Amino acid sequence: MSSDLLINLAYTVAAVLFIFGLKFLGSPATARRGNTISALGMLLAVLVTLLDQAVIDYRWILLGIVVGSIIGTLAARLVAMTAMPEMVALFNGFGGIASLLVGCVALSQTGLTSFLLLTIFLSILIGGVTFTGSLVAWGKLSEKLPGRPILFQGQRLLNAGLLLINFGCGVLFVLYPEQPFWLYLAVALSAALGVMTVIPIGGADMPVVISLLNSYSGLAACAAGFAINNNILIVAGSLVGASGIILTNIMCKAMNRTLANVLFSGFGAADGAAGKIEGEVTPMTVEDAYYVLEAAQSVVVIPGYGMAVAQAQHVVKELQELLEKNGCEVVYAIHPVAGRMPGHMNVLLAEADVPYDLLVEMDDINPRMENFDVAIVIGANDVVNPAAREIPGSPIYGMPIINADYARSVFILKRSLASGFAGLDNPLFYRKNSRMVFGDAKETLSGLIREFSS
Amino acid sequence: MDLVYLIFILILSIFLGFELIHKVPATLHTPLMSGANAISGITLVGALVGAGSEGSAITITLGTMAVAFATINVVGGYLVTDRMLAMFKKKNKGK
Repeated sequence: MSSDLLINLAYTVAAVLFIFGLKFLGSPATARRGNTISALGMLLAVLVTLLDQAVIDYRWILLGIVVGSIIGTLAARLVAMTAMPEMVALFNGFGGIASLLVGCVALSQTGLTSFLLLTIFLSILIGGVTFTGSLVAWGKLSEKLPGRPILFQGQRLLNAGLLLINFGCGVLFVLYPEQPFWLYLAVALSAALGVMTVIPIGGADMPVVISLLNSYSGLAACAAGFAINNNILIVAGSLVGASGIILTNIMCKAMNRTLANVLFSGFGAADGAAGKIEGEVTPMTVEDAYYVLEAAQSVVVIPGYGMAVAQAQHVVKELQELLEKNGCEVVYAIHPVAGRMPGHMNVLLAEADVPYDLLVEMDDINPRMENFDVAIVIGANDVVNPAAREIPGSPIYGMPIINADYARSVFILKRSLASGFAGLDNPLFYRKNSRMVFGDAKETLSGLIREFSS
Repeated sequence: MDLVYLIFILILSIFLGFELIHKVPATLHTPLMSGANAISGITLVGALVGAGSEGSAITITLGTMAVAFATINVVGGYLVTDRMLAMFKKKNKGK
């Protein structure tokens, strides 16, 4: 009894550490400390659990921990910063399957009530969806699967059917727990559901999906907590669940879409026929771009997923230094959904040593946009598309954008005139103050740097 | 433990989570997500009891797998978050 008390007291301390950890994660100055505090909370929770009287044999635990630590450490150390979105997705999936397995293990307890069985079913359902959903997200982000939405006739009907059958299966599982068939069916259906819900979602909507899956992994842990009657799982799981929901909400707002629309619409799949844009684009050579930049007093850089693909963050930083040496003010304007996960651009630029106080959020940069001599758009498209402001019929109409077109001149670094993820033409390219610098973003930037150095 | 009591904890934690994360700057969205993700590996605690129990071979196998997966989530999640946060620097620091 006293060890039970000790364990629960320690869990309370761990919960407090998680709370402080998350709180400190809210400010760049304290974030690293916050992460360490939360890791200490985890360590405390794990160590004290090992004192539990139900834990008799440590050999298997040791095996699992050693294997997991080796894989986890290697993955965390070796992953390239550009591969961060898929890494986060993968870790998330592992959390999901762990909760699913804990749910299965919980079945071996004695004295299962209907409520316990229900929570076991929920941890299997949410854990399974998190696992396979994250795997699909990982596949899409690492381009092992096609990034475009995969759609077919009757998809929504099928998904709704899957969910309904799964719930029916859950009811039967709770009523007849001695029949393992319902358990297996629930696992299989949950896995299928995870795959089916993520395949119709396209690459640019990934920030929403990743934060949603993040939330699910917390909820799965929470359900597992009910299943094994453990309050630290409930507390930590619901903290994560809530934070994931908030991020999801921020991402959806940044796209002016509802969560349902992101999950079910297969946005950006095909039709981009929302009116042709009249006008001509004006190409520009690297040399001419240099002359303008040399004279510029203030420059705003607007990065997008293309910067990640071209791995151009380091050359961007080099150019920034040269411009600053030239007496020019340089800031970065970051759209909340630029890239493939929340905060993607910020991490990449941090990797290139760009101080975070130079990164300006959309709402803060837009009122100042007229004052910038040059806006350099690097691999961003939909997040600077003025159609969102001006063309009511456009699929992205109403989405908040960075008003790059309000800058005195706009340089767009782009491979070709191909449309962005949403399959839309971008009126920005046809503006009078817009200049297209065609070619690989990294090479263009290197060219500019050479001009500055010579 | 009492069910009502657990639900009580659940509801309070969700509110607390909303309050805590409410105003995180966009700069920190990725580390926040990956740090929170590491916390969701708390399910490891549940896995430990399964893997270390006297139960059947299946229980122990499933428990051990759960321990391994959850440990990847925890260890990898915290390390990768730390690695990212180490890169976030303010201007004029160390220059």
